[in-house]
This record gives sequence, C-alpha cells and structure tokens, in this order.
Amino acid sequence: MTSMFDWFFVPPAQRRLLLSTGRRAPTPWVIAIMSFTIVLIAATGLALANTAGVLSQAIEARYAVEVPGGGVNLAALENAVRSAPGVISVQAVPESEMRKTLERWLGPEANSGDLPVPALVNFDAKPGTDLNKIQQRIQAMAPGARITAHRDSVAPLLQSLTLLQVVAFGLVLLLSAAAAAAVVLAARGSLDTHRFTIEVMHGIGATDMQVTHLFQRKIAIDAFIGSVAGGLAAAVVLLLLAGGAAFARDLTGGATLGLRDILILTLLPLALTALATWVARAAVLAALREAL
Amino acid sequence: MAAVAEFDSVGLRYGTGAEVLRDLDFRLRFGTFYFLTGASGAGKTSLLKLLYLAQRPTRGRIRLFGEELSEAPREELPPYRRRIGVVFQDFRLIKHMSAFDNVALPLRIAGAADEDVEGPVREMLAWVGLADRASARPPTLSGGEQQRVAIARAVINRPELLVADEPTGNVDAEMATRLMGLFTAMNRLGTTVVVATHDMSLIEATPGAQLIRLENGTLVDPDGALRSRPSGGSK
Repeated sequence: MTSMFDWFFVPPAQRRLLLSTGRRAPTPWVIAIMSFTIVLIAATGLALANTAGVLSQAIEARYAVEVPGGGVNLAALENAVRSAPGVISVQAVPESEMRKTLERWLGPEANSGDLPVPALVNFDAKPGTDLNKIQQRIQAMAPGARITAHRDSVAPLLQSLTLLQVVAFGLVLLLSAAAAAAVVLAARGSLDTHRFTIEVMHGIGATDMQVTHLFQRKIAIDAFIGSVAGGLAAAVVLLLLAGGAAFARDLTGGATLGLRDILILTLLPLALTALATWVARAAVLAALREAL
Repeated sequence: MAAVAEFDSVGLRYGTGAEVLRDLDFRLRFGTFYFLTGASGAGKTSLLKLLYLAQRPTRGRIRLFGEELSEAPREELPPYRRRIGVVFQDFRLIKHMSAFDNVALPLRIAGAADEDVEGPVREMLAWVGLADRASARPPTLSGGEQQRVAIARAVINRPELLVADEPTGNVDAEMATRLMGLFTAMNRLGTTVVVATHDMSLIEATPGAQLIRLENGTLVDPDGALRSRPSGGSK
C-alpha cells in the first residue's frame, strides 16, 4: 500500500544509492537562516497584532470631553458626565496635570496664567450609549465643549500597526519563497551530482517516483534539521527579549505572545520543512521528466 | 512463436545529424539467441539502445513484448525495462556501491524484500566467480571483474530479453566461455538473448544462434532469418 510518507521509509539499501560525501551541502544552513528570520519576523508581526488588539480594546469605549480654553468648573463638568446614562466611569484631568504635560514642550511658560489650558474629562461609556445626549448636557454647561472618541485619535497609529503586520506577513511569504528557491537549486545540484546513478536506475526499470523518493527524503531531512535549528535559535532570541520585560512591555504596549502565537511560531519551522519537501519533490520530478 | 521485438521501418538520428539507423524492419523471436555484428560505427549500440528503451526511434514503430512502445508515455516504460537485462559496454556500475549492492539493484527496484535478495545475489556472484568480492566496490575490481558484476546485475532478475554490448570484451577466454555458457543457459530457459560482438569465435561456439549484421545503419539479413514469422514463414 502506498502512502504520502512512502518517501520517508526508503530502505537503507536504496538510500546508499545517493553517495554521502561526509560533509553536508549548504541546504540546512540556508534553511536555518530562513527559519530563524521567518520566526523572528512572524513573532514581531504577532506581537504587533496583539499590541494593536490591546490598544484597540482599551480605547474602544473611551471618550474625552474637551472644553477648549478651559474656564469651566471641572468638578461640575465631571458630575454632569457621570450622571449621563450609559457612562461607566469618569476621570477628570486636573489643570495642574495638563500644565505639567504641556511643560514638556513649552517649558516654564506652560505655567503662565496667560496660557489657556483646555479642560479635559475622560470617560468610558457602554456600547450603544447616545453620545448626543451627553453632548447636549455638557454644552449646556460649556458651549464650546465637544466629545471626541479616543479611537479616532489613535486610528493613524492602529493603521500603521496593521500595515506593519502586513509587511511582516509579506516578508514571511518572501522568505518562504526564497527558501523554496534554495531547495530547488539544491535539488537540481543533487540531481546533477547523481546523474549517472539516476540513468542506471532508470535503465533497469526504476520509476521516477522511486528516484524522487531518494532525493525527497534527503532534502526533507536537511530541511528539518535546518528549520528546527533556525527555529530554536529564534526562540532563544525571543526568550532573551522577553527577559527584558520592561523593554518588551514598552515595545509592545504590554502585549505579549500568547499560547496561540507560540503554537503558530512552533509550527512555522515544520511548515517550512513541509514546503521544502514538497518543492524538492516537484523539482526532482520536473527534472526527471526531461529524460526518457 | 511470438516476437519479443518487432521493428517496422525504424530510423534513428541524433539531433539534426544524419540517420545512424535506417529502415530497420525485423522481428526477434522469443527464446532465440542472436548475435549482432557489424563494423565500428555501423549502429550496433544505437540498435541496442532502441531495444532496451534508452532511446526512441525518430521514425517507424517498435513493438516490445507485443506492445507498441515507440511513442508510449515515459511513465509506462519502467515495467518493460524490468523485463530487459542489459550489459553495457562500459559496465555502468555504481562506483560507491559494493558489487553485492550493484547486483541486487534490479531486485530492489522491482520491490524484492531484503530476505529475497541475499540468496539469489550470493548465488549469482558465485556463478560469475566473485563470491569473495561481494563487498568490493567497482573501482577496486579489475575490468574483467567489473564486467562479470555487470553481467550478474543484468541477469539477476531472469529477464525475458537480455541485451549485451560486447560482454566478453574484458575477460579472458575461459571466463568468456563461462559467461557465454550463462547466456546460453538463460536462453534455454526461454530468455531471448541479443549479444553485440566482434568476436567471431563466440558466434561459432554458439550453435543455433541467429546473426544480425549491420552495415552503415541498415540491416543485412541475407538468409531472411530475422524476417521469419512465428510460424516460420516469410514476412
């Protein structure tokens, strides 16, 4: 009975048909570098996705009441917002804190009484809350007051994060294609090296599939060794980065790689092995078809 | 008696060169012993390549074992190749494998289990006088020894058609006689044998063998033996 893994169980006597030179071809090294880079890029992409998720979730229901120029009773404004239907929590930003923030850019001028500072009240609202009612309520107190959604302010950042994820995904695909190309070259090189043996095998009745299985097995083993080695090296780097927790937290906005992400990263080297094996098979079969 | 091979107006050219074989029109009967002779360059090796399916004719039709194979898809050829044993002029042994593994190759390619390979291969190596050289690799064997390994590999799976290109060119007279004895023994068991040779003494020492002569790529068959129908009549 034939199975899709027949190629892996080629008897030792037939494996001897492919001469081992005692030193490995560069294939495992190339695959290891590809695997290392792919895992790191994929980890970055996943971390960015998590960061975007955390950020998006955190600001999904967050709004700000802003009164340009200030001059309003902040406590009264805070109470007006708190008593509005659908509001979950409210935090007024004291003027002193606003000035402290502005001080970073304006220096001591930020504390000048001549500088108008907007009044700011942040609040969280339940989904479906009628913001117009809140708007009407606060405009009665401060005519210039307006409500802005935090997600609108952060939208450009989220778009950039999404773009970076797409770039990371594209790089993973590109590197996989490069690894596949390296496997094709390795397969053709191996076929050239063993051309005589292949001719003899064909001459005495070997099928293309019998010849292909020999090469497929050899390249699959090389690819597996390279993929796993590269994946392990990437895991070490990721662990070192995770060890610098503060750095990682700043980098990812508190988002880390979850179990699902780790599973994906673990499967990537295996997927690369499967890709290399399939490409090797296709390349060898295509090359063999050129002969009688 | 049916034909093992039938050539019908067969021609062969390599690339855009002139035809090296022209208008070959003959049949080889099952169980017959043939010698193929001709001057160097007459086309003997090319004819043998057509017989063991290493080359397709550029025109005409070839039937082997009753099947039209001139234009058969390449994936259909391996089962027919397994029914043909070939002794190449340059031996074509795999240099990094032992004599044992070289002889065992046709059996393994045909899917024989290891336990079914050991006995026949040892027996065949003993028959060609190489029992004690089973683990030797071809580069460590003399020309004659390599020749014998090549012959052992060609006959190990008892082919229906045995094609040999100068099979005794590198062995001494005694071994040549012994190898021809192997070929005639196989022929008596029903194998059709085609031996290309310049050695007239071999031909004379094989009574009953048919002679195929090639001159400049065409067949010279003065007695019409190659054209005889299974019933023995003329084509």
